[in-house]
Amino acid sequence: MSWLIESSYFLAAVLFILGLQRMSSPVTARSGILWAGVGMILATIATFATPDLHNYGLMMLAILIGSTIAFVSAKKVAMADMPQMIALYNGMGGGAAAAIAAVELIKLSGMEHADFGLVALTLAVLGAIIGTVSLSGSIIAFAKLQGLIRKSLLFSGQNYVNLGIFVSIILLGLVTILQGSEVSLFLLLVFFVLAFAFGIMMTLPIGGADMPVVISLYNALTGLAVAFEGFVLGNAAMIIAGTVVGAAGTLLTQLMAKAMNRSLTNVLFSKFGGSSGSSTEVEGDMKPIDAPDVAVMMAYASKVIIIPGYGMAVAQAQHKIWELTKLLQERGVDVKFAIHPVAGRMPGHMNVLLAEAGVPYDIIADLDEINAEFPQADVALVIGANDVVNPVARTDPDSPIYGMPILDADKAKNVIVVKRGRGAGFSGVENGLFFADNTRMLFGDGQKMAAELIQSVKEF
Amino acid sequence: MDGFTGFTAVYIFMLSAFTGYVVISKVPVILHTPLMSGSNFVHGIVLVGAMVAMGHAEGTLELSVGFIGIVLAAGNAVGGYVVTERMLEMFKSSQGDKRGGKA
Repeated sequence: MSWLIESSYFLAAVLFILGLQRMSSPVTARSGILWAGVGMILATIATFATPDLHNYGLMMLAILIGSTIAFVSAKKVAMADMPQMIALYNGMGGGAAAAIAAVELIKLSGMEHADFGLVALTLAVLGAIIGTVSLSGSIIAFAKLQGLIRKSLLFSGQNYVNLGIFVSIILLGLVTILQGSEVSLFLLLVFFVLAFAFGIMMTLPIGGADMPVVISLYNALTGLAVAFEGFVLGNAAMIIAGTVVGAAGTLLTQLMAKAMNRSLTNVLFSKFGGSSGSSTEVEGDMKPIDAPDVAVMMAYASKVIIIPGYGMAVAQAQHKIWELTKLLQERGVDVKFAIHPVAGRMPGHMNVLLAEAGVPYDIIADLDEINAEFPQADVALVIGANDVVNPVARTDPDSPIYGMPILDADKAKNVIVVKRGRGAGFSGVENGLFFADNTRMLFGDGQKMAAELIQSVKEF
Repeated sequence: MDGFTGFTAVYIFMLSAFTGYVVISKVPVILHTPLMSGSNFVHGIVLVGAMVAMGHAEGTLELSVGFIGIVLAAGNAVGGYVVTERMLEMFKSSQGDKRGGKA
């Protein structure tokens, strides 16, 4: 039987890697997740055949409970809320890795003699720490993005308190490793509680705008925890899948941090724009405009670039915007969507939201591709985006967003900004674009304004 | 616990890390979210570990922790799969499904 299990695990590992590879192109992406899914089912079924397993009934009950809850919630979640659900499922994986470690460590503490090697024990402890931190950290990330926690918890000396907790966890981990089978259950309990608290303390001060980087980081960490526990259990499929995800997640985290112009340490250990505030007052006035005038401009334009931001998703305006796009295309206008790497709540999130509305991915362009095209655009329509089009990032070295790559919307002949009110963006920085000579402000709710634009364009 | 000799595991670890890095490095930004979600699903393989851990559990404490572990792991795997599938289902090219590539 053993060879059957082993070969199933091997096949699962192959399917995971091929699946992830297929997910790196929009053409093959759908089959990619399918392949990985087949691998998962194969591995799960094979595991039932593992010799000397008990508690089958409870095991299946647990699988049923976990799957049902996840299935129902995953089917229901709106695309705009996707990032926090990913965070939550990821946290569950981390928690599961920690639970494996906990079972093994509890077992160990009841043994006469430890049958754990030093390496296995060390990795079990490391996996326990990482998995637990990923669990509680992801829960906080979920709560923040879901709007359950609105404030960032900040107090002076926070980094020192966190450092203190971290050192305590490491010390308790060392004690566990050294004591082996002598370790007490109470010490293990304190160890896990501290690790859980560390994940919370670590994530609470991080602002909502930085959450994508954090979610990605926890994703990578969970992968690592799974790999470590895979070593403890002697399960190669877990080591391979966990490590592949750990490496891929690390790379994704770096890409995201880079797109946001932040280093990872900066995201984790300092609060964004906290005290520095907006350094420069922007001069000039915002010049309002009405929807019919905007419609005329767009209908007679030869090239229009639309820059959607998370505000568009909040207003649920993406379907209306796509309808508007189709109307313009019928009139022969060249319409493109320009997506900033961090548009939405996660890199690529805006693409998902536009795809949901039916926008084909080949008229959606990345920052690198589209920036050269702005000078030829007659109209740049900014809807629900703010910081990602702020020219201050190019011009003002004192600004907290200085150096962040932005979409050069200001270089278009006319800029229309659809915006609810006059406030500053997520970063709290005043936006120079709104005051520029070629910019007109269309004040109002995104969805309502899009509907008015559609109406006006239809009338021509 | 059959386990590996230390160095076999180190080789597996090194090659897997390299594979993960290479496989992801060519991904266009538009797929970052689905890909993160997809890799999130892949570490749902922790389910098989949780099953083994619970299958060997003895006593109420081990059993309870193992039970929670499986619930969480199954949630990771199933939730990760469903959201990824839902997202990828929506990606369409204007020339139909066959053509396109990086937008």
